[in-house]
Amino acid sequence: MSFRKPSVLPGFGLTFGFTTFFLSAIVLLPLAALVLSAASMHWSDFVRVVSSPRALGSYRLSFGASLLAATINLVFGFIIAWTLVRYEFPGRKIIDALIDMPFALPTAVSGIALTTVFAQNGWIGRYLEPLGIKVAYTWVGVTLALTLISMPFAVRAVQPALQEVQRDLEEAAETLGAKRPYVLWRIILPTVLPALLTGFTLAFARAVGEYGSVIFIAGNLPMKTEITPLLIVIHLEEFDYQGAAALGVVMLGISFVILLAINLLQAWGRRRHVRAAH
Amino acid sequence: MAVVLPHGALADDSATRPGQHTWMHAIVRWLCITISLTFLAAVLLAPLATVFAMALGRGLAAYLRTFSDPDTLAAIRLTLTTAAVVVPLNTVFGLAAAWAIAKFEFRGKSVLITLIDLPLAISPVISGMVFVLLFGLHGWFGAWLQEHDISIVFALPGIILATMFVTFPYVARELIPLMQQLGNDEEEAAITLGAGGWMTFFRVTLPKVRWGLVYGMVLCNARAMGEFGAVSVVSGHIRGLTNTMPLHIEILYNEYNFIGAFAVASLLTLLAVLTLVVKTLVERTGYRRR
Repeated sequence: MSFRKPSVLPGFGLTFGFTTFFLSAIVLLPLAALVLSAASMHWSDFVRVVSSPRALGSYRLSFGASLLAATINLVFGFIIAWTLVRYEFPGRKIIDALIDMPFALPTAVSGIALTTVFAQNGWIGRYLEPLGIKVAYTWVGVTLALTLISMPFAVRAVQPALQEVQRDLEEAAETLGAKRPYVLWRIILPTVLPALLTGFTLAFARAVGEYGSVIFIAGNLPMKTEITPLLIVIHLEEFDYQGAAALGVVMLGISFVILLAINLLQAWGRRRHVRAAH
Repeated sequence: MAVVLPHGALADDSATRPGQHTWMHAIVRWLCITISLTFLAAVLLAPLATVFAMALGRGLAAYLRTFSDPDTLAAIRLTLTTAAVVVPLNTVFGLAAAWAIAKFEFRGKSVLITLIDLPLAISPVISGMVFVLLFGLHGWFGAWLQEHDISIVFALPGIILATMFVTFPYVARELIPLMQQLGNDEEEAAITLGAGGWMTFFRVTLPKVRWGLVYGMVLCNARAMGEFGAVSVVSGHIRGLTNTMPLHIEILYNEYNFIGAFAVASLLTLLAVLTLVVKTLVERTGYRRR
């Protein structure tokens, strides 16, 4: 089998060549430089950097807060998507468009705005303060920022799947006497499960790497409120390029695992979709 | 046999289905809408409103004074320059990638698509760091660049490279599925009838995908102007020289110049609102996200 199937259309050489060249120059070679920088370290140095107490503390916060944010978005993302798909209410279209705001809003803006709202004297922070809940400059604030910036991923993954739930199946079940919670559990949830999990994973992936919105609200205390991307920046500012590269490779490896998980989940969703259609 | 339903019956039919407790349904509906709106108000609307409340907190004159500061103007100029270089380059790339991937069948296509999407899965800090490792003072080419008096990191080229990395997939990932879905029939007809490659592209393909192209470019531009993490790593934060708008916000904020920080932030917020408006209008034309 040859490399490509013949076609009457021109331009394959030009466009394919340009695509691979540009991709290599901007993305692949720089990433290779990162991996090679880390690989040039002695193994014991590498292990020392990536398993230092400060690094472990940053993983705990980055992964813990990201998992929590993705879980919050799993619940609220489903409720929001459900509300947008199933109910008519005034302002629904505007709310629907606003869901994408965190995509379009620069992270630095979300960062300073969230910090101001949830600071001790902020619009919402002042009501949480007497309850003993401190948001700004704690892990709660980190989770909040990550929840905001990863929210659209969860909603937008579930929305189309909910639109495709077959209403006649629900109606058939109810005509046969099924109660609403049973219908939700046995018909709606199984249909949207792959989409829910994809949304969860996408939200988690975005949250783990997030930097801009978090550093304003985090307080950035080593071991306590310091996320892994910030620790990388600190290494870079101290001209410890190898230390930064080592942590970068750890995060890159995690990104690859997540990417693989997303692809598998989407393939699973497509397979179930095809089976349901037959 | 068609049954004529009263107007609005379809939207609301679940409330009147047999076997359905209508009051239960009403409570669930009310709960869902309330929870959704409260959640969005707390994490989305309150921060957005804060931006403008803080920026205009001391009146319009104080707000406008921010924009007579030369450092602020330099930051705005740098952000516009960066976007003006990055968006066209990534658009040309997106068109080329979509043509190669959607019009032809070749081996390793899915790998290529995954690699194009890669920057979306990578932390912005890493996207900036790779260029510091290559071109920074202690980086691979650092010594050579210094000998020849070329600065990439802590200068405009580094900012452009980092922004390009981060926004790399935006146009391509809009166009590839769209062009795949539209098929090759019309292009093949044009070529068979004697049109040249470029003519086919400009007269047949481009008009078909124009809304997808606008969509991708608008999102690419929003990210290019708003990128913080990647640019922060390569910029060096030199006031008036290598500070983009998002970085300038950080500096003003850390200096407790909240009016200034939120005034610059308000411009970027307006850009985000504009982006969403264009995006919604494009979706109205019938172009939908899959």
